[in-house]
Amino acid sequence: MIRLILPAHLRTLAGVGGEVEIEVAGEATLRSVLDALEARYPMLRGTIRDHVTAQRRPFVRFFACGEDLSHQLPDAPLPDAVASGAEPLLLVGAIAGG
Amino acid sequence: MSGVRVLVGTRKGAFILTSDAKRERWDIAGPHFGGWEIYHLKGSPADPNRLYASQSSGWFGQMIQRSGDGGKTWAPVGNKFVYDGVPGTHQWYDGTPRPWEFKRVWHLEPSLTDPDTVYAGIEDAALFRSTDGGQTWQELPGLRGHGSGSRWQPGAGGMCLHTILLDPGDPARIFIAISAAGAFRTDDGGVTWQPINRGLRSEHIPDPTAEVGHCVHHVAMHRSRPHVLFMQKHWDVMRSDDAGDSWHEVSGNLPSDFGFALDVHAHQPDTIYVVPIKSDSEHYPPDGKLRVYRSRTGGNEWEALTQGLPQSDCYVNVLRDAMAVDSLDSCGVYFGTTGGQVYASPDSGDHWSAIVRDLPPVLSVEVQTLP
Repeated sequence: MIRLILPAHLRTLAGVGGEVEIEVAGEATLRSVLDALEARYPMLRGTIRDHVTAQRRPFVRFFACGEDLSHQLPDAPLPDAVASGAEPLLLVGAIAGG
Repeated sequence: MSGVRVLVGTRKGAFILTSDAKRERWDIAGPHFGGWEIYHLKGSPADPNRLYASQSSGWFGQMIQRSGDGGKTWAPVGNKFVYDGVPGTHQWYDGTPRPWEFKRVWHLEPSLTDPDTVYAGIEDAALFRSTDGGQTWQELPGLRGHGSGSRWQPGAGGMCLHTILLDPGDPARIFIAISAAGAFRTDDGGVTWQPINRGLRSEHIPDPTAEVGHCVHHVAMHRSRPHVLFMQKHWDVMRSDDAGDSWHEVSGNLPSDFGFALDVHAHQPDTIYVVPIKSDSEHYPPDGKLRVYRSRTGGNEWEALTQGLPQSDCYVNVLRDAMAVDSLDSCGVYFGTTGGQVYASPDSGDHWSAIVRDLPPVLSVEVQTLP
């Protein structure tokens, strides 16, 4: 079980409050976690990754365990603490004014 | 009892303003989608409770929202806009080639007859259509495939397709406009397109009378006379009497012929409205006076409408999609400002008052006349 914390606007869009918990088949990577998230909440497709390229949107960042994982390769394993559910993966909107 | 529903898109959400036919007391609902940019929302002429909204954000991209109950509740539908084929390049501001890239939906135009069919004008400029209530979107590629796309360039707001006019008398005819490419028309339902810019003159392009490259800000028509088009160009207010085949200037005695918004009276096809703005580097009204100008002669002769509008120290802008009319017997005229006011006149522009004063900057205003 993976714990995810979404930015407020995406929580509203998905109709969820607080953390989201999802199951991932196989190794927990950014790609597998986001695939599972989008499968469960289809309205989030295109809001975190580009529809066509699957690249992270420029103003979205991924943090976990005090580290910035935004530039990690999509198929690299996530930290053990995230994979085990001990720590959440944070999806964060970049500080970019507003 | 009849009434009106005013759909307001702002920088930070959508608002829905409703009133009975007197248009004196208003109920204000919102914000819907608070914190998101709502470039446009519009109702289906075939089913007034079916609304579509363009919701976007620099962080999370584009969403399309749909309502089946007049905007009380909404649900996200499809947000996948993928150009047909290899997108190619257009011009950047300095004339260098730039790949086409989807950014946002500027304008949603529901079909006149089918609530599930809706057109989307997007940035970078292209026209998309959905025939399943917004679940899936397909480009009408003949527009970008016209062959002139490599000469289109962005205006200050981006390279946007902002105007979509469906001909009430001919389902195969559609007019669109792009900043800064110009106006285009299809006569075969969107398969092929032709530029309709003859008569336009723009000093910001090397050949001021070129086939494309003109910064058209908005185009409007009266549904009873769809071959007559009125255009607010970057500079110049223009008119065509032959469905865009040729244009002539009707700026006449306007204090400035720069501006964005333009609309046509619901019952008088030759009565038109514009909001003059001082210049393209000073996006506010001349002399700090917010004045709507009305022509009852289809252009050239204009009168200032000022009653109820601020006539000193006013430095707001009125954007291209932020003016609309209702079709009650006494035609109502509405516009929103970048200062967050939405003004209404229940008597064709003679008297104005603010429905609401302190919204986020207004991007678009549409009006539905309800039975």
